[in-house]
Amino acid sequence: MSLDFLLEIGTEEIPHWMIPGALAQLAKMDLLGATPSVDATPRRLVVRAQGLPERTPDSEQVVKGPPITAGDKAAEGFAKKQGADASALRKAGNYYELVKKVSGRAVQDILAESLPAAILGIQWPKTMFWTGGKNGPRFIRPIRWIVALLRDQVIPIEIGGVRSGNITRGHRILGASSIPVTIANYESELRKNFVILAAHERRHKIEKEGAALGAKLDGDLVETLTYITEFPTAIKGDFDPAYLELPAEVLTTVMRHHQKYFSVEDGVGLAPNFVAVMNTAGDPEGLVKHGNERVLKARFNDARFFWNVDQARKLADRVDDLAKVTFQAKLGSYREKTDRVVALVKELGGGADAQRAALLAKCDLTTEMVKEFTDLQGVVGGLYAKAQGEPEAVYRAIYEHYQPLSMEDSIPSTREGQIVALADKLDTLRSCFGIGLVPTGSKDPFALRRAAQGAVKILVEAGLDYKLDSLAQGELYAFLLERVQHYLREVRGFEYDEVNAVLKVGVSTLKDVEERLQHVSRVRPTPNFEPLAASFKRINNILKQANFTQGVMHAELLEDGPEKELYEAYTKLPANGPLEDVAELRPLVDRFFDKIMVNAPDPKIRENRLSMLSDMLGKFSSIADFSEIVTSGDQKL
Amino acid sequence: MDTFQDTVFKLKRYWADRGAIIQEPYDVEVGAGTMCPETFLRVLGPKPYRVAYVQPSRRPADGRYGENPNRLYKHQQLQVILKPTPDDVIDQYLGSLKAIGIDLSKHDIKFEEDNWEAPTLGAWGVGWQVMLDGLEITQFTYFQQCGGLDLDLVPAEITYGLERISAFLQGVDSVYDMEWAPGVKYSEVRLSDEVQFSVYNFEMANVDRLWRLLAEHEAECKELLAGYDKYPEKRRYPVLATYEQVLKCSHLFNLLDARGAISVTERVGVIKRVRDLAVGTAKIWADQQQQEAA
Repeated sequence: MSLDFLLEIGTEEIPHWMIPGALAQLAKMDLLGATPSVDATPRRLVVRAQGLPERTPDSEQVVKGPPITAGDKAAEGFAKKQGADASALRKAGNYYELVKKVSGRAVQDILAESLPAAILGIQWPKTMFWTGGKNGPRFIRPIRWIVALLRDQVIPIEIGGVRSGNITRGHRILGASSIPVTIANYESELRKNFVILAAHERRHKIEKEGAALGAKLDGDLVETLTYITEFPTAIKGDFDPAYLELPAEVLTTVMRHHQKYFSVEDGVGLAPNFVAVMNTAGDPEGLVKHGNERVLKARFNDARFFWNVDQARKLADRVDDLAKVTFQAKLGSYREKTDRVVALVKELGGGADAQRAALLAKCDLTTEMVKEFTDLQGVVGGLYAKAQGEPEAVYRAIYEHYQPLSMEDSIPSTREGQIVALADKLDTLRSCFGIGLVPTGSKDPFALRRAAQGAVKILVEAGLDYKLDSLAQGELYAFLLERVQHYLREVRGFEYDEVNAVLKVGVSTLKDVEERLQHVSRVRPTPNFEPLAASFKRINNILKQANFTQGVMHAELLEDGPEKELYEAYTKLPANGPLEDVAELRPLVDRFFDKIMVNAPDPKIRENRLSMLSDMLGKFSSIADFSEIVTSGDQKL
Repeated sequence: MDTFQDTVFKLKRYWADRGAIIQEPYDVEVGAGTMCPETFLRVLGPKPYRVAYVQPSRRPADGRYGENPNRLYKHQQLQVILKPTPDDVIDQYLGSLKAIGIDLSKHDIKFEEDNWEAPTLGAWGVGWQVMLDGLEITQFTYFQQCGGLDLDLVPAEITYGLERISAFLQGVDSVYDMEWAPGVKYSEVRLSDEVQFSVYNFEMANVDRLWRLLAEHEAECKELLAGYDKYPEKRRYPVLATYEQVLKCSHLFNLLDARGAISVTERVGVIKRVRDLAVGTAKIWADQQQQEAA
């Protein structure tokens, strides 16, 4: 008979960003073969499943006993120890053995034992204790109730003094605080009590209502609100259009990051409205709207105040103030970093505008606006530089110099910005590596992977001509190369073997790497390519086995037919020309291997053949090392 | 409509009815209600305790010369400590909001993650900022560690931002427009503090003297810390006076910071100096409690 299962861990509000991770772990819960389906709101983590067995099946266990030669006494002793009669023993080879029957167990009992550990075994980024001091349970927030049902039977468990039952709780304000449930009516009872259990339904409600009110929806914020509410409802609020004089970046940061509101846009730009998502069913008297408007107004007033105060001193007058802002304890201040970045920009060939941008880029760290809205570093500097009459090339470069912030983010749009951003990241990397701050495993407090990834993305996407080994050496070079591989595979979607093949023959500029990779990737699907790659690999092996290093080829020693034809065909091709043409060699190569014995009895001939193969390989191998290409033959291995 | 003081009365009454001792503000400068011995020391050890008090909290760097409608050099917190935390602590907290006239069915209340950490006190906890219609009205923290010591009974700390809540209830945009008492505005009671202390904190406090004072209070504190071990009758040892020296140091640090007198390189070092004092004091306080219990 198939039984149904429900577990609801009732907690105080769990941080929204941790919930999906916890659910992923709960989805792997061992339910004796049944597949868990999981849901959550901020106050409950829920696992449900169908098709759990009532009992686990009986089974047999074979226990190996003493050797038969040990005699009856030993056999009896063994049987006794196992709680069986000696007559139950059987002989297997030279040994006694006992077949023990293991009875199956009620799933109810198994779960009563396993659930507490499964619940407390969830890994959280940070946990707390709340009862029983350090010896008490640890969880993300206090567990206040537990519903644990197998069909309509409570699975008895206890965590931190909370016993499981069949009583859930509704929405904090709108719902009842004690609701008896069955597995069948659980979700609908919650709904009656203003809890929408399924995240996708809450998400949909937020998106639908938000869109209807003109919200400029943003995925991250929708996700946050989905896991911060049990019953989301969107409302629209207004603000004084006079605040639209402030830069849109500032207004949206206040709305989105500080107040978790969506901004609203009309045809031209920001509209003087916002959309807030409440954790309640409605706002009939407009009190929530009014309250949120009041808060936003105060926030905007602050922003306006910061803007005005900051204008009293230009960015250019703040460069020396950076001496008071630490970059890193051992690496000194941002003043020193600024000097290094300016010098590096110069070294990278950046002109006067790029150097000016590098000089001013970090000055916004001393402004009130950035102290308040740290996310806006760079952006604020750019806006201030513009307001203070810096040329466009300068203020744009400042504005965009933290870009790209992620793999999806775009690189700075101007050459000045690209150079400043690259120099800034490189300086951070070089400085940190210089004092041994190298990321290990998941530890990367200075976000050096992101810096390196950003540098790589800029180098490739801006098509910059710097040789990688002129930018970094040693450990940092290897670190950058790792990021190059990651970028080419994960972001650009190149096959890993193509990436390896191209990198294997050396790296000069990343622009060149990308071009060669495009080249390989283009020719890869053509029918001749992989077989040819396989042949090249074979040639490689042959040369390796023969310990062949180098030799001189004498055309007159070539045999007429397949050998000479191959020679003539490949010598006609330009070195490192289109690989499509090289791939055309395939039938000739195949024929060569078919008909010609490389290991000819005459050492002179043999030497000559190896020289020809080596010559051919060398001619086409500066684009990629074809032996890195995984061909169908390899896969079979 | 409730005046500022009405709201304070109601909150105190509410928590008094739930077994909290109503304390008066601590009379040494503190940056937050958490730093009062009623919280910092009492949360340590195995003795249950419930207390509530208003604590004027000084944050020199937050001064705005009385020109910003929401930012104050000295704001008032209503601090509640429930040790150990009752299981229905959040319901009790929500009840306190009803008690001051907030009809929760007509408002939007959210608990958003906000963990608390005070490096100068070696203290941290996890919890939330409580948002009412988008306004942060309360910090709710489950203390985990104080003075570097793990806590035996995890207390809940509820810190109400009184000015914010009262301005919300009165529907005014500036705290200075709130009615403190019937016919008396907040500005009449507090504006001159804001102006004068902003001038002092930002412009006039004598930096050299502040450094010397910091050194003096630190020396006093260290001497007291060092004397505890050999003192025969532990019960009489002035641990509370030792802790006051920590508070003096902490406030002087804040003043120096507002004055822009602490360079980056010094900053970490000074924080550590104060933390060492706080951690040392927490240790001897816990020991003293144990001796008394024995």
